[in-house]
Amino acid sequence: MTLDQLEPGQSARIAAVGGGGALRRRLLDMGLTPGTAVAVRKVAPLGDPIELTLRGYELSIRKEDARQIELFGAEKEGK
Amino acid sequence: MSSIALIGNPNAGKTTLFNALTGSNQHVGNFPGVTVEKKEGLIRGRHNMNLVDLPGIYSLSPYSAEEVVTRDFLIGEKPRAVINIVDATNIERNLYLTVQLMELGAPVVVALNMMDEVRANGDVIDAELLSKELGLPVVPISASLGEGLEELMAQVSALAAQNVPSQALDLCEGPVHTAVHSIAHIVEGAALRHGMTKRYAATKMVEGDGPVRQVLALSAAEEDIIGHIVEAMETSLGTDREAALADMRYLFIEGICKKAVRKSGLNREQHRSARIDNLLTHRIFAIPVFLLVMASVFFLTFGFFGAFLSDGFSFLVDTLTGLLDEGLAALEINSAIHSLIIDGVCAGVGSVLSFLPTIMVLFFFLSILEDSGYMARVAFVMDKLLRKIGLSGRSFVPMLVGFGCSVPAVMATRTLASKRDRAMTILLIPFMSCSAKLPIYATFVAAFFPQNGALVMTCLYLTGMLVAILYGLILSKTGYKGNSVPFVMELPAYRLPSLKTVILHMWEKAKDFLLRAFTIIFLASVLIWLLQSFDSRLMLVSGSSSSLLAALGRLIAPVFAPLGFGDWISSTSLVTGLIAKEAVVSTMAVLTGSGDGLTLSSALQGLYSPLQALTFLCFTLLYMPCVAAMAAIRRETGTRWAVLAMVAQTGIAWVAALLVRLAGSIWL
Repeated sequence: MTLDQLEPGQSARIAAVGGGGALRRRLLDMGLTPGTAVAVRKVAPLGDPIELTLRGYELSIRKEDARQIELFGAEKEGK
Repeated sequence: MSSIALIGNPNAGKTTLFNALTGSNQHVGNFPGVTVEKKEGLIRGRHNMNLVDLPGIYSLSPYSAEEVVTRDFLIGEKPRAVINIVDATNIERNLYLTVQLMELGAPVVVALNMMDEVRANGDVIDAELLSKELGLPVVPISASLGEGLEELMAQVSALAAQNVPSQALDLCEGPVHTAVHSIAHIVEGAALRHGMTKRYAATKMVEGDGPVRQVLALSAAEEDIIGHIVEAMETSLGTDREAALADMRYLFIEGICKKAVRKSGLNREQHRSARIDNLLTHRIFAIPVFLLVMASVFFLTFGFFGAFLSDGFSFLVDTLTGLLDEGLAALEINSAIHSLIIDGVCAGVGSVLSFLPTIMVLFFFLSILEDSGYMARVAFVMDKLLRKIGLSGRSFVPMLVGFGCSVPAVMATRTLASKRDRAMTILLIPFMSCSAKLPIYATFVAAFFPQNGALVMTCLYLTGMLVAILYGLILSKTGYKGNSVPFVMELPAYRLPSLKTVILHMWEKAKDFLLRAFTIIFLASVLIWLLQSFDSRLMLVSGSSSSLLAALGRLIAPVFAPLGFGDWISSTSLVTGLIAKEAVVSTMAVLTGSGDGLTLSSALQGLYSPLQALTFLCFTLLYMPCVAAMAAIRRETGTRWAVLAMVAQTGIAWVAALLVRLAGSIWL
């Protein structure tokens, strides 16, 4: 499963970040490293990009870039 | 004079701290060779220390101009101390940059900012333990409240005085550790020659950092060995070099945070932000709310309030001009000089100066929107629209400001992270029909289309946007292909902007604008006056029709003949429109000898057919912007680019006007 498929309110852990170059490096630098818990908080009104919560802050990325991020252990946020 | 650097993530409070430490004695320049802004200022109470504000960045990766400039500065200039501002409410990600500064071996003092919020949340950060674990001095502060700044400066002074490189703390483990240390021996000599620590050079080689590799220029044999070491590391970790190092840094940080940070689980800022976002990035309400916000800003800037300030300021300028006029007359100064000062300099610079209140009011609101965190939400909401023409949501607000005035719009592109996006946005901004063109439209509509005024106006605005979209599509498919900075954007917690920061920002923009008003715009005004006042034999002219300007108008008039307005009055008005777009109308009034609106209307009706009028409007809408805007564009992109942009834009205007004429002659 990849990050773009995660529904708002769901969370999962990052398995791997694919792609390359500046984009991949930026994702890693922003803390999207393997094992990190990440939740999708919201989808933008026009359907893209998405808003994530990770490491205690909010980050927005585009769906096509989220597709590069492999996840494991997806679950609905416990509420 | 010792140089102190200030570095930190965007939204960590860097500007607030910079302003608090330097007060108002700061100046803005550029880093050599790049359009990355460099702000400097003397530290208050310590006048032997110069604080350099480095760009707000998340990492020292080699991918963006800001990051490379920062690295080069830290390695090349070797500041005596580096203040690393860290947002304590978002400590994990903020420490990522700190760790890279440690790798670099920079003399770092960590300023742990927003400690007031941390306390209010009931969280505890053990600064002493953090300091011990990082091997760096850590000072808890609150830049907005001014807390802890004395202690921070004491630590900075101590560090700057002792001048020993910070201790290399080992933060890597396992295979990465092995790789870094093996490579450290190989690169040691080359690293020292280029002012890097061997640990930094080795880490960068493990990471596969292009620029550092180029600088080190190792032999093929050495590169080969390093390649094998990295390969062995990748195999044993099961991941690649970049991920391995990012992972290692974050693991190190997580380990420290586990010991030194205790979270109560309640984050008030985040909760408040989530609640605000429920409205501001709401699925349905986000866009209406945004339009409402921008409409209010526009109303305040260009409507009643801004017009009041603008008129007041114009009145002041006019009064001063009047006094000067009388003074010159009383002293019986040579009439040509008199005219140069009053009709040339005062009229030209004065008309551009009338923009000043607009620019200040607009930037007052724009910096509030930026500093509060709302701009990031606008980018989030609008990204999808702009992506279609190869831009990101970040470009939306500058383009919107273009409908008010291109000058602040171009200046507002400074907030764009990517150089490519900045250049492209600047090229598109002049197509957003600015408010100074409104008098032209109004005059023509009243003369030719009194029945369909609103329709014609709407069509003009839409044509501008449509041309911008097409131009954007062409640019993104050709000259500006690829190489865009990825859209990975933090949505910072909403915060109340500090009034001081907002006002300083406004003042900075005003200063920038004033500087241009008195240099390039001054020269342009004098030039136009010369053309207007002398004929080809350099004699003072009495009527405008025999001036050099009119001659120039006649000279270029044939260029407009295919468009249907090849007369000298049209072309001369277009030329004076370069000083300020309103001047198109006033020049026409002068050249046709019309005193008021009614006579101008009938004069225009004599000059043009409705189709010619429409063609002329289309050209006016799209052709090159006024000198103030050109100067702003030149400042951001350089002379060559600015000239190219002007030529391209005028070419587009010519073609579009021709199309209007052709279409019109078929249908009308």
